Amino acid sequence: MTTLLEVKDLKMYYETMKGDVKAVDDVSFSLEAGESLGLAGESGCGKTSVALALMKLQPSNAKILSGSIKLEDMDVLALDDDAIRREVRWKRISMVPQAAMNALNPVFTVKDQIIEAIVAHEDVSEKEAEARTLELLKRVGIDPSRAGNYPHEFSGGMKQRAMIAMALACNPEIVIADEPTTALDVIVQAQVLKVIKTLQRELGLSMILISHDLSVVAETCERTIIMYAGNVVENTDTLEIFRHPLHPYSVGLIGAFPKVTGERKRLESIKGNPPNLLNPPPGCRFNPRCPHAKDVCTRVAPQLLETHEGHWVACHMVNSHQEYR
Amino acid sequence: MMNMSEALIKVDGLVKHFPVTQSILDQLLNREVPMVKAVDGVNFAIKEGEIFGLVGESGCGKTTTGRGVLRLIEPTAGSVEYRDVDLLSLKPGEVKAYRKEIQIIFQDPFESLNPKMTIYELVAEPLEIHGLGAGDAERRAMVSQALEEVQLIPPEDFLYRYPHELSGGQRQRVAIARALILRPKFVVADEPVSMLDVSIRTEVLNLMLDLKEKLGLTIMFITHDLAIARYMSDDIGVMYLGKLVEYGETHEVLDDPDHPYTQALMAAVPVPDAERKRGDLPIRGETPQPINVPQGCRFHPRCPYAFDRCSEEEPQLMEVEPGHGAACFLYEEFHAGKLERGKLPADQAQA
Repeated sequence: MTTLLEVKDLKMYYETMKGDVKAVDDVSFSLEAGESLGLAGESGCGKTSVALALMKLQPSNAKILSGSIKLEDMDVLALDDDAIRREVRWKRISMVPQAAMNALNPVFTVKDQIIEAIVAHEDVSEKEAEARTLELLKRVGIDPSRAGNYPHEFSGGMKQRAMIAMALACNPEIVIADEPTTALDVIVQAQVLKVIKTLQRELGLSMILISHDLSVVAETCERTIIMYAGNVVENTDTLEIFRHPLHPYSVGLIGAFPKVTGERKRLESIKGNPPNLLNPPPGCRFNPRCPHAKDVCTRVAPQLLETHEGHWVACHMVNSHQEYR
Repeated sequence: MMNMSEALIKVDGLVKHFPVTQSILDQLLNREVPMVKAVDGVNFAIKEGEIFGLVGESGCGKTTTGRGVLRLIEPTAGSVEYRDVDLLSLKPGEVKAYRKEIQIIFQDPFESLNPKMTIYELVAEPLEIHGLGAGDAERRAMVSQALEEVQLIPPEDFLYRYPHELSGGQRQRVAIARALILRPKFVVADEPVSMLDVSIRTEVLNLMLDLKEKLGLTIMFITHDLAIARYMSDDIGVMYLGKLVEYGETHEVLDDPDHPYTQALMAAVPVPDAERKRGDLPIRGETPQPINVPQGCRFHPRCPYAFDRCSEEEPQLMEVEPGHGAACFLYEEFHAGKLERGKLPADQAQA
């Protein structure tokens, strides 16, 4: 496989009146061509901030202090706004935003909105764009006869499908889906996830799926990254992360999910609350909540290291004791 | 249904229809007012000291049922028996006496707490309304104890803070303290953790389980999340489009669902197990509007097993075995294993 996207030591802080919010701190990962990658973590862990930075869509009070984002040979962070718009967004990387159901413009038909996106980015006639739009809608499971409807005539699941179709409008290589099923009911969620998985396979897309729900990531992605308080704490194969999670936060997070089948046993919660990122704890950011924290954890931030092949973990206790767990 | 002597709450034929706002033209022409049939005849009983989970997708009427049971909205018909008293037939003035014993915890702790009140004022408010606690000192002691019970320790650190100074989990604890300070017997918890992050959520759920044991509470737990319902509840009821389609012991209903809708829900739940492979969902289409409830079985347009009778006659809840009921003509076939649960029938499975 070839590496399509490489993020190295990305540091992005938000400037606020109270100081800098250290939302993304030294985040590194890569995405292979055709791979589906899950970015999981709780609210405020920086997963959406990372995704926005990939397309340089970060809000105006965000500043990227260091790091690089490479899309094959292209240095994304070095491009100016105009070049990003022309060369990257939609054409190479596109995004299904959070709360996509409210992302459609209520006064235009669904079809017109997708056509607009195509015509704005590619040199095609409106007729060709329309043909492609109908084809895309069919692919995501919307009857083309409904293409001329307005968003309010669509159900939540259909709006989400339409947003997925729109994200695919200019044949991107990478699709970022930010909490694509969060507001949906469980049956609609299953249907939408299935559409996403099928498209990813059929079109050979590379995908980054952002979700707070580990089970959604487990069902959809080959590899999983777990973030905590602006850091990547673990990055490995999805099967592996559920079988042998190594970082204490991953262990806690997986343990905190109730199961819908099998034995009912008391869930262990993670003590305390995530830190305020204006002033994160020194050393490992998880140390105040970690059951295994030692002195070193309060002083030195752990590096993300490969403990086994293809399994990266940022934890002193794992790194210094191979036999740990 | 269940053993009556154990039931603390008995809901019978609960109905709530909301009229749809009409245009002036409709009114002038005296057209019939369409009704949203949010809750359309629901029966269940909640045993004393147990947690009853009410699950279903958005719009199925679970919240309306919860509010109807507490009489926070006036149900159109039906009865809610609490200790042999029908709450729905009480005069408005008489309801207040029961409010002390039946309480609610709302979904969103960011909206259910008045931002201008301190935590002390918020938790003491129910005491004030019901005239409990003689004097400030006694009330303060009661509030402190309530905060300790929900693990907001030490309480002095929280008494004079405002809701915006607390995290989501702490706010929901304040909401729980507010509901429990009156020592209720019965509590309706309406999606109490859906706004909370996973690691915080577990703590609140465990707290509710502990308090239930400690205070001998009976809880109606409303949620859309089947995994949480399984974790919390002893018995469970599954709602679809204003009706209960299946009820019974939680593990029985979820492990061996006999209604095709429950089967579809279980097949759709994502599980944190990357090895599981999902087949085709045994359901089609989307939930219809509760204004136009389908004739016959309200699930039949989406049911892969539907046959002629389903569109003509509405199935009633029938006991599969004692304490486990399903409203489906085919429940015996599912229960006996003649039809495979959660799978599309062979003639409909995609190649």
